[in-house]
Amino acid sequence: MIRWLTKHIAAHPIAAFVVVFTIFPFVIPYEALAAQVLTYGLFALGFNIIYGYTGLLSFGHAAFWGLGAYGTGITLAKLGMTSLWIGLAAGVLAALVAGVVVGYLCLRRRGIYFAMLTLAFGQMIFFTGFHLSEWTGGDDGLRGIPRLPAELPGITIPLDTPLSLYYFTMVIVTLMLAGLKRILESPFGTVLQAIRENESRAEACGYDVRRVKLLSFTFSALFAGVAGALEAVRLNFVPIDALYWTTSAQVVIMTLLGGAGTFFGPFVGAATFLLLEDRLSQLMESWSLVIGIIFIAFVLFLPKGIWGTLLERLQRGGGRAAVAEPVEMRTSATADSPKEENGRA
Amino acid sequence: MAGLDLSLIASQAFTGLGLGVIFVLLAVGLSLIFGLMGVTNFAHGSLYMLGAYFSFSLLAFTGNFWVGLVGGALLVAVLGIVTEVVLLRPLVGRSSDHPLLLTFGLSLVLVEAVRLVWGKAGLELNTPTSLSGAVNLGFMFFPQYRLFVIAVTALSLLALWLFLTRTNVGLIIRAGTRDPLMVRALGFNFNAIRTIVFGIGAGLAGLAGALVGPLGGVYAEMGINIIIESFVVVVVGGMGSLLGAVVAGLLIGEVVSFTTLFAPKFSHLSVFIVMAVVLILRPSGLFGESGLME
Repeated sequence: MIRWLTKHIAAHPIAAFVVVFTIFPFVIPYEALAAQVLTYGLFALGFNIIYGYTGLLSFGHAAFWGLGAYGTGITLAKLGMTSLWIGLAAGVLAALVAGVVVGYLCLRRRGIYFAMLTLAFGQMIFFTGFHLSEWTGGDDGLRGIPRLPAELPGITIPLDTPLSLYYFTMVIVTLMLAGLKRILESPFGTVLQAIRENESRAEACGYDVRRVKLLSFTFSALFAGVAGALEAVRLNFVPIDALYWTTSAQVVIMTLLGGAGTFFGPFVGAATFLLLEDRLSQLMESWSLVIGIIFIAFVLFLPKGIWGTLLERLQRGGGRAAVAEPVEMRTSATADSPKEENGRA
Repeated sequence: MAGLDLSLIASQAFTGLGLGVIFVLLAVGLSLIFGLMGVTNFAHGSLYMLGAYFSFSLLAFTGNFWVGLVGGALLVAVLGIVTEVVLLRPLVGRSSDHPLLLTFGLSLVLVEAVRLVWGKAGLELNTPTSLSGAVNLGFMFFPQYRLFVIAVTALSLLALWLFLTRTNVGLIIRAGTRDPLMVRALGFNFNAIRTIVFGIGAGLAGLAGALVGPLGGVYAEMGINIIIESFVVVVVGGMGSLLGAVVAGLLIGEVVSFTTLFAPKFSHLSVFIVMAVVLILRPSGLFGESGLME
């Protein structure tokens, strides 16, 4: 049953996504949580571009999520813009610009240095936001973001009910997902994975590795920015924590739980994390203790994550199934560390 | 400004030194662990925090400050040894991201476990009466306890330096930092060396926490911010370089101390600005070798 499902979801990712998430709000406790899975899933999807597909561990992605959220929130709440689209665009633009600048500076180094640099730049942006309290609300967060209707040519969709907001978010996330699929299947997507597997070899093949990495980082920031912008609209509020490094850490956990370097892993991870958080926090106060232990267990025993492991099983099991997966097959097998992969290849 | 008060500058410089030595203790451990094992220990801040809690409980139990200080550091060292053997050893040979991720998970667990055991509210640790006065330095009065912190750090660093340069184990550790494969090929028990180094690093973090307890209070979140700043120190000094960790730690301490005096809003930001400038001018840090662990 699980194998059958995995196979078909992997073979038709976008269609499967639409089917699953259309019924999703009716099978989980409440709609707000469903919409949260969408925004955080998109955030993790963006993070996965740079970590899972390009092999660079960023610990500063909260910056782009937070800038997306603040960009949208400030435009709608402080500048008094009356179009939802302008608000969303402002947030995405802020994340995009920051992505180019931070990416350019951090990509001077690789490996652990890169992780620490992104972490440090993320914190730099956090403290800047913290001190610009006339704009960001400082410690209290940014309040009073209006929930404007989505205006399209000829039709205006109100977003005042949880379900209408959910489906609006879902449409945007689906478009982003289709865009990502296109990116990953392009020659550019293949170069990304070539860099993850062996950077020197990719460079020797004549690819401008630094430019490709910067482009990948920028895409990643863009996805995180869209997710953050949507989250600001969903919450009508931006907490200062959106920029704090613990948010970066959260997206790392989600991606790893689901499966880094797989197409659906980030969504599986976001759903798992948020549902766990929701259930556990009702049962006990120290739920993050449990999350921490689960995370450690995953790093030790299941580094490919839930979805990555399912895909691997599928691949090992049936020769017939292995033909059908354009995106997943190429990536799932290489979800793990570069070192290990080099040995196996 | 007519006569920028010299004694004010001097006192701020001393405060910066007091802050800097804590960074040094943390960064030296981080750098040592990183240099030998290639592990970025995200749990270092939590070990620092545990040092403060252990020392608090030992002090409460025995009533002796020294037992608290030394015992706190030693208990954290033991915890570090257990962590290395149980959690980090299975990750040998995997991508360098995995130990980072694992120790991050560990830091979540430790912070939450401390909240469960000692409660959510912060605790007060008193300065021992023998160290609670102020010393007249001629141009200013300086709290005796802060001088004590500086002295203990200097002594620990001296001990570490002697250990690394004058003992056989220290020699193997230094060789392992250069070329772990060769050390293994020569038949040394590299696993044991890794365990010792992680234990030393953890112990230094615990010592830092135990020293800071009476100054800043003891609370579960005390490691969360300082770990980021310690990473910055290690990056500025050059990863794997102990001298770099010392110099950068003192430098960052002074930078924080003086921006707090002149532009308090920038005190947190300044650390990152220093880092950005250093990395643009010298990408491998002040004393780093390029290409290490990239």
